[in-house]
Amino acid sequence: MPSQSAPPSPPLAALRTHNLTKVYHSGEVEVHALRGVSLELFPADLVVLLGPSGSGKSTLLNILGGLDSASGGEAWFQDLQLTGLDDRGLTEYRRNHVGFVFQFYNLIPSLTALENVALVTEIARQPMSPEEALRMVGLGERLHHFPAQLSGGEQQRVAIARAIAKRPGILLCDEPTGALDSRTGILVLEAIERIHAELGTTTVLITHNAVIADMTDRVLVMGDGHIIEERHNARRRRAAELSW
Amino acid sequence: MTPLNRKLYRDLWRLRGQVLAIALVIASGIAVLAMSLTSMEALTETAIAYYERYRFGDVFASVERAPEYLADRVRKLPGVQAVDTRVVKSAVLDMEGFEEPVIGHLVSVPERRPPDLNQLALRSGRVPRLGYPDEAVLSEPFAEAHGLTLGGTFRAVLNGNWRKLTVVGIALSPEFVYTIGPGALMPDDKRFGIVWLGQEAMQAAFDLDGAFNTISLTLLRGVEPDLVIGRLDDMLGRYGGIGAYARKDQMSNWFLMNEIRQLESLAAILPTVFLAVAAFLTNMVLARLIQMERSEIGLLKAFGYRDRDIAWHYVKFVVGVAAVGIVLGWVAGYWFGLLNTRLYADFYRFPFLLFDPGPRSFLIAAGASLFAALAGTLGAVRAGVRITPAEAMRPPSPPMFRRTRFGRGRLFGALDQPTRILLRQIGRWPVRSALTSLGTAMAVAVLVSSLQWLDSIDHLVDVYFRQAQGQDITVGFANTRSGEVTRELARMPGVRTAESMRVVPAKMRFGSREERESLQGLPAVQELSHVYDASGRNLNLPPDGLVISTQLAGMLQVRPGDRITVEVLEGRRPTFEVPVVATFETYIGSPAYMDIRALNRLMHERDAVNSVHLRLDQNEQARFYRELKQVPQVSAVTLKQAAVDTFYDTLAQTLLIFIGFFVVFACTLAFGVTYNAARIALSERGRELATLRVLGFTRREISYILLGEIGFLTLVALPVGCVLGYGLGALILTAFKTELYRIPMAIQLETLGLAVLIILSATLFSAFLVRRRLDTLDLIAVLKTRE
Repeated sequence: MPSQSAPPSPPLAALRTHNLTKVYHSGEVEVHALRGVSLELFPADLVVLLGPSGSGKSTLLNILGGLDSASGGEAWFQDLQLTGLDDRGLTEYRRNHVGFVFQFYNLIPSLTALENVALVTEIARQPMSPEEALRMVGLGERLHHFPAQLSGGEQQRVAIARAIAKRPGILLCDEPTGALDSRTGILVLEAIERIHAELGTTTVLITHNAVIADMTDRVLVMGDGHIIEERHNARRRRAAELSW
Repeated sequence: MTPLNRKLYRDLWRLRGQVLAIALVIASGIAVLAMSLTSMEALTETAIAYYERYRFGDVFASVERAPEYLADRVRKLPGVQAVDTRVVKSAVLDMEGFEEPVIGHLVSVPERRPPDLNQLALRSGRVPRLGYPDEAVLSEPFAEAHGLTLGGTFRAVLNGNWRKLTVVGIALSPEFVYTIGPGALMPDDKRFGIVWLGQEAMQAAFDLDGAFNTISLTLLRGVEPDLVIGRLDDMLGRYGGIGAYARKDQMSNWFLMNEIRQLESLAAILPTVFLAVAAFLTNMVLARLIQMERSEIGLLKAFGYRDRDIAWHYVKFVVGVAAVGIVLGWVAGYWFGLLNTRLYADFYRFPFLLFDPGPRSFLIAAGASLFAALAGTLGAVRAGVRITPAEAMRPPSPPMFRRTRFGRGRLFGALDQPTRILLRQIGRWPVRSALTSLGTAMAVAVLVSSLQWLDSIDHLVDVYFRQAQGQDITVGFANTRSGEVTRELARMPGVRTAESMRVVPAKMRFGSREERESLQGLPAVQELSHVYDASGRNLNLPPDGLVISTQLAGMLQVRPGDRITVEVLEGRRPTFEVPVVATFETYIGSPAYMDIRALNRLMHERDAVNSVHLRLDQNEQARFYRELKQVPQVSAVTLKQAAVDTFYDTLAQTLLIFIGFFVVFACTLAFGVTYNAARIALSERGRELATLRVLGFTRREISYILLGEIGFLTLVALPVGCVLGYGLGALILTAFKTELYRIPMAIQLETLGLAVLIILSATLFSAFLVRRRLDTLDLIAVLKTRE
């Protein structure tokens, strides 16, 4: 009789939500920002969250990033249930597992590029060196410049280096090119693309720019607090090929 | 209400923590200023009313004995309005239940009519009647100290005869608002009191029938006392007059006026510190507010609001902050002034108290605060409104940082990133950082300069009482006695050592300068009462010549080697020239010493003594006191321990209250500075701190970055504040310096430690309040906002 090996177990999702809801109370008005979102994101996924303003994409990102708590449902990072964590627990989660890239860079103005990255590597468990992180984004020659001495694109690339220097499990980018012109924005997307390729970090990009969605594997379209559509791109376009 | 005014009220409410912190600093300054001014006003008005109502004299003089008819001649002197003659003597009193000898200052009061001058404010009872020589009126503090009421009795030695006196009245007098006994530093109501007896009774008791030994005058309006004093001295010289003096030199009035002068100094120095800090704080808050509202300012200008409309809006903000402080300060100042004046009324013994401060003091205080606040912020307002609308609506350029040499150094390289953020923040705004540190340093300085009084008083008591004075008791006599009296006292029970002293009133002249000062004759090598330099050494007296205090040397402008002219004002009244051999530092008075034998020689007297210092056996004290009461002609008894105790008791009452207030004020200052600095830092860097929270920094870690800056500036402020406190304390003590006493500057390390601890507590408290706000940082807003 031929031997039968057990079927391989499904890969553990990096991020997983089940029926996630979020309700904001604004005076007497209730705002249902999320109305039951269920999704799975796997290691090395490169995902875009697309949707108009008010669709709930930022709310979802905030909960996945441990910045906000859900009103209902569950959210998991690997085997860590995020929706049960207190403030201290969420801080630990962000510290050890999440890299953030903001629309307006949010660099510390009194620290150089190198120091901004070192800010995070000093508190990380197994970081790469700040110099290595900055080289990965093409800023090896601008280590000792302050943010005021860098262009917008350079500042955003420092922010990306800061986000990935701790080797996070998740990289969350909220409108990373929102404050940049298209040419600079493409440079930033190339940096994200390169890092994703080299480190294999599960990356989520929020944008309202549909063109950017072409550079990812999956596109989750949100509307009115739901995921209304999930698309897979047959072919990922390189960042350099994009234009808007 | 206009929209801008609505915005103003909302801004004031939103920033209410900072507004209140600044207002408290302003209120502290106003409270001290208003307290000083209202107390000065109350004391001055009370004194003026008191002196007028009870006809306090303008000129006073003592003689040995002068006939009554001389008063008519004095009355005819140009400028003289009224004249009153009296008999004034000292006597030993025996009070029941009090074993120590008590000295009574006996003053005559006419039995047949009210006195023309220096009238009594009777609190109860009446004046002595004619034909009842044993009826007495007591000064109220003295009566209270001994529990004596109308009908009570005590014994007194009148001209060598024991008499039992009955209390028929209790009174106050404008002449004795502040009473200190001979040789004392502070009022001691248990051991020295005023006793009024019938004039004819006193004349009879002291063989002064038809005569007087004290005369007072009032002058016509506008007449200068000096013009009358010269003529009066000429007239009284042959009757043993030792020199007339004006009201300003009368002991009680001098102390009172000096107190008012010291309040003036207090009003000038301390409020300035508070208001300067308030000006800086208001500037800091307003500058930050304007910076945060740049885009709104641009919008208003785009809508057509003029520069002056916008400037006026922010000026109203400053006025609003100041107004809160002024109202709080007025309330505190009124209450503080009332408390202070009541303390004075008890201490200085007025029969009534006029505390009805007019608006003037409060308006001055309010005006000064408003001026300080506006002066501090005009620059910020001007800079804020000058921005063009387009520029105002653009985000501000990020602050420029540079890598300095220190920043490239190995030491800096060893620091973690949060510490680098902290240090660069301080270095980026050096003026603001320095002023924040200075503000806290001023709080330390105010505290050190208040607490230091206790150390200074301790040092004064130690030097003046413990080190300089080896005697337990000093006995003074009405008339000069021979040296035999020292030997007699030495033989009394309980006396271990006795030392003679001769004190003569004198005028000392050098060039055009003249001072009245007692010349004290002591043994060349003193065993008990030393000629003691405050640096810690005893001086022996040379066989000839004077050893004088630096205070007197300064007044006469003499140096060792100079010869001064001494005109003695008693006995044969010789005038002689003597060299100043040495000077010494002392905190009390402006004494001049000479070898007692040399003094007796110059007085053409042999072995004359009028005071004796004694050291006693503590076990035999009671017996000694009983015997001392029998010694004839004793006119003064000073007990050293009682003097020390009274000194502390009197000062403790008032000092501790004031120190308590200044601790509160200093804490207000420290709290105001650190709270505002931390709140502004939070406002400026809230986004940065929220970013760090998003990146995974804990609350404690971002607290370090926010509060570490404040902590660093506070730590720098502490030693600076101690040094400034030393300077401020010295400045205040200099302002309190008088001819009669100079309080030395002394600060113990424990005092500095206490000041540091108190300020650290205040800053920790403000840090705690700001720290709580870190918990409410909006992490989500940070992702989307630019600034």
